[in-house]
Amino acid sequence: MGSQGGFGQSKEFLDLVKSIGEARSKSEEDRIVLHEIEMLKRRINEPDIPKRKMKEYIIRLVYIEMLGHDASFGYIHAVKMTHDDSLLLKRTGYLAVTLFLNEDHDLIILIVNTIQKDLKSDNYLVVCAALNAVCKLINEETIPAVIQQVVELLGHPKEGVRKKAVMALHSFYQRSPSSVNHLVSHFRKKLCDNDPGVMGATLCPLYDLITIDVNLYKDLVVSFVNILKQVAERRLPKSYDYHQTPAPFIQIKLLKILAILGSGDKKSSEQMYTVIGDIMRKSDTTSNIGNAILYECICCISSIQPSPKLLETAADSIAKFLKSDSHNLKYMGIDALGRLIRISPDIAEPHQLAVIDCLEDPDDTLKRKTFELLYKMTKSSNVEVIVDRMIDYMISINDSHYKTETASRCVELAEQFAPSNHWFIQTMNKVFQHAGDLVNPKVAHNLMRLIAEGFGEDDESADSQLRSSAVESYLKIVDEPKLPSAFLQVICWVLGEYGTADGKYSASYISGKLCDVAEAHSSDDIVKAYAVTALMKVYCFEKAAGRKFNLLPECQSLLEELFASHSSDLQQRAYEFQAILDLDSNSIDNIMPLDASCEDIEIDKNLSFLDSYVHKSLEEGAEPYIPESQRSGTLTVTNHTNQTYDTSAHSLRFEAYEVPKPVVPIRTPPITDLVPVSVSLPEPSYHQPVQVQPTRSPDPSSTELRLRLDGVQKKWGKPTYSSSATSSSTSTFDSNGVTVNIPKQHDNVVPKSRESRHVEVSEEKQKLAASLFGGSTSRSEKKQPSKARPTTTTTTMAAAAVVAQPPPDLLDLGEASGGGGGGGYSSVVDPFQQLEGLLDVSSSSTTSTNGHNQNLNLLLSEKDDFTPVNGSPNPTTKTPTLTKGPSLKDALDKDALVRQMGVNPTSQNPNLFSDLLS
Amino acid sequence: MGIRFILMVNKQGQTRLAQYYEYLTLEERRALEGEIIRKCLARNEQQCSFVEHRNYKIVYRRYASLFFLVGVDNEENELAILEFIHLLVETMDRHFGNVCELDIMFHLEKAHFMLEEMVMNGCIVETSKTNILAPIQLMDKAS
Repeated sequence: MGSQGGFGQSKEFLDLVKSIGEARSKSEEDRIVLHEIEMLKRRINEPDIPKRKMKEYIIRLVYIEMLGHDASFGYIHAVKMTHDDSLLLKRTGYLAVTLFLNEDHDLIILIVNTIQKDLKSDNYLVVCAALNAVCKLINEETIPAVIQQVVELLGHPKEGVRKKAVMALHSFYQRSPSSVNHLVSHFRKKLCDNDPGVMGATLCPLYDLITIDVNLYKDLVVSFVNILKQVAERRLPKSYDYHQTPAPFIQIKLLKILAILGSGDKKSSEQMYTVIGDIMRKSDTTSNIGNAILYECICCISSIQPSPKLLETAADSIAKFLKSDSHNLKYMGIDALGRLIRISPDIAEPHQLAVIDCLEDPDDTLKRKTFELLYKMTKSSNVEVIVDRMIDYMISINDSHYKTETASRCVELAEQFAPSNHWFIQTMNKVFQHAGDLVNPKVAHNLMRLIAEGFGEDDESADSQLRSSAVESYLKIVDEPKLPSAFLQVICWVLGEYGTADGKYSASYISGKLCDVAEAHSSDDIVKAYAVTALMKVYCFEKAAGRKFNLLPECQSLLEELFASHSSDLQQRAYEFQAILDLDSNSIDNIMPLDASCEDIEIDKNLSFLDSYVHKSLEEGAEPYIPESQRSGTLTVTNHTNQTYDTSAHSLRFEAYEVPKPVVPIRTPPITDLVPVSVSLPEPSYHQPVQVQPTRSPDPSSTELRLRLDGVQKKWGKPTYSSSATSSSTSTFDSNGVTVNIPKQHDNVVPKSRESRHVEVSEEKQKLAASLFGGSTSRSEKKQPSKARPTTTTTTMAAAAVVAQPPPDLLDLGEASGGGGGGGYSSVVDPFQQLEGLLDVSSSSTTSTNGHNQNLNLLLSEKDDFTPVNGSPNPTTKTPTLTKGPSLKDALDKDALVRQMGVNPTSQNPNLFSDLLS
Repeated sequence: MGIRFILMVNKQGQTRLAQYYEYLTLEERRALEGEIIRKCLARNEQQCSFVEHRNYKIVYRRYASLFFLVGVDNEENELAILEFIHLLVETMDRHFGNVCELDIMFHLEKAHFMLEEMVMNGCIVETSKTNILAPIQLMDKAS
């Protein structure tokens, strides 16, 4: 601290810094700063402040802003200081301005002139100061004011100036690539600058340029490789060394560039192999910086065209990282593993335990990184374990950013790899329950669609079992407080559609639950809407089935409440329900056919069923339809309201909002062909649109009947009157409601998952023996503890087993594990059991282990055998080979065990696994 | 752009130096600094020197009571950034001699000047201590 006061700082300044330094709390600091602001506001505007004093004031302003307070009152003084002749003051002024102002601030215009002047200065330090400011303050509009000077400075005799000029151009490129398009050749030239500092700086813009378009720079591969070689051979000045490593930051930047250039380019990649190999051999694995270079080499190797030799070296380095005690290195190792695994999927095998260690680590950063790795290596064989883990993690964290990310990853993996629909639903339940408000609403629709469509394998009974198990699980969950809205919507829809389908629950029970939902979430209109529609469906299904079913009192009161709802959508639904109550079972069956959500609904947008009526009207002298474009807008409003009235009046009517009540009764009876006409009859001039429409399909099916309202509304209502409450409410009813929405949006997700499952299973049969978790680490580790242990040594052992075992065994193994992987299958057979398992994992797992005492013993003995291997922190690839001989028998035993384990559905007990580790 | 900001914050959560390479408002900065330092303080010596925060990765290193925090984007080599922090500290150490929190506080502008030499547009441009310190020494002499 000898330099304290070295610039002749005043006592005042020293005191200020001291008091800030000694402030014990944020509020004390704030008090000091506020006092400082008051004082500076008074003093800084005094005339004739000595320059040194002013510089001090400026620094104090910097302090004020740094500590989170507004110092804009003094900005202008910082701007003025940039005019000063003294280099120190000028640079301080520039510094303050770059800290205070963003590039679009009004004051910048006052500085551009100064910058222009300073760029011409004889003092290269002044030029450097100005170039610093250029990088931060010159925006797209002011680039032309200085660009010419900056380009000239690229040839400045001082290397410091050339370097900063390169970076100034780089900042122009960042702000407006087109402004420097014609100058790109300068970057190429500067790469060959005599000064290593200039060359190193030039790598920054080149990296950006190459990222945008690799092909333009393929010719530079040789240059980059040469430079890298020279750097690694210590040709740069000693002052660039960092901890005995030659210019590591330049090496890293070069490796990043090579990674891009070599990606998918065999010829370029081959030019790099030697130098990368050399660097990896030379780098110092005991220092952080050496490992940083190693890591960058691995990234490069994983990006360029693979070289078997380099891949091997990379794998060795990763092994060292993972074995290290340093969390930082483990983190880098996990990341590197995730990169390399895309090229050589087997690479994770020797590191299973290390990966699991990282997953179990209390360090959140490491854990998250490991989840990223697992996410990358998920396949259908390990999806269950991984997603379960991810969900547990998701539940445990509060940060909504990562919760959202994890939730969407769970959804993505589940959709992609789900072994069974049942599992998928259970998984989605968990995701929804804990992060429902964070996931994309589309996910909810996918889930509903999946439940509605089932397996799509024409296995009706499996589908209905799936549905009843979904219903069952929802009934258990539905009473829980604080369920996310999206999830409640799914629940309501499923309960409405399938709640009574299997006859297990009475309609009144389901209705009661639905009423509870509507009541408990009275502030959520969408949930209420779903609930009402679901209630209506339950009622309709009962009635259509010919059962006597009286509306529950709470349901009735709910309806009455909704008649007066502020939401016109809710009101509409309530009135429709009310109307349906009066109908006979035959028409109800037509309105609400059972389980028709998957049926395609033909929408006759042209309202062709009205044709005969229109003709008739025209013959009777009605006026033809005038297209919207040809009439004045005001007219239309009235018509719309009229439409629902069956008055014969051709006159305009102005009563709004009387629409819903009469609508349904009138419309629903029209099951006979004549009715459609009668419905629309009331409309005078407006049903004529029908005529104008070109296409007509003559047979309105029953489904169409249900939708007719929709068609009419859209056609007439929407264009002319889209803001009207009635039209919008009806259309939402149709889309939200029962049937329409879901079947409409056919996504590929479900079929895809099914396909992938098929493919994976067959692949598994071949692969599984050879690599039990081949790259799928966590799965076997956690899920089947007995398998987990062996894994360190497994792969080779398992391979041995394959050789020893005749093919049938192989198949058995495959099937067994397939069954284990698809716990859903067995559970589909007995959904209740599955549910129990879900809700009480530990109990199910204990039973399963109890059931196999023998295996337990085996497990223990295996444990004894293998702990030494586990205990040594470095299960390298060599260890397996060492244990290879004796383990053949183990492999067979394990084989048997696996088969037995496979029979039992999901018995994953994380604790079991952690026991193994200890 | 690799580096988004460089912060020095002491363990009471008081900012000692802040340099941003993208524009954030005063309020955003204040909130960000508070959140980050809280996260870092909650971690122990054995844990990674890296923390994810929103869209940033924070690489941090603690020297006595002072945290050096660098916010980077996803492509950055964390280990290299960790060493970059050390290079910065070594550079300051060479200039100040046994650098401490108060040196930075009393010579805030110099600490900034060093950073200006080392990092531009969020990229590391100079890593030779001699080159970094040369202009600062010249200025010292001139004044």
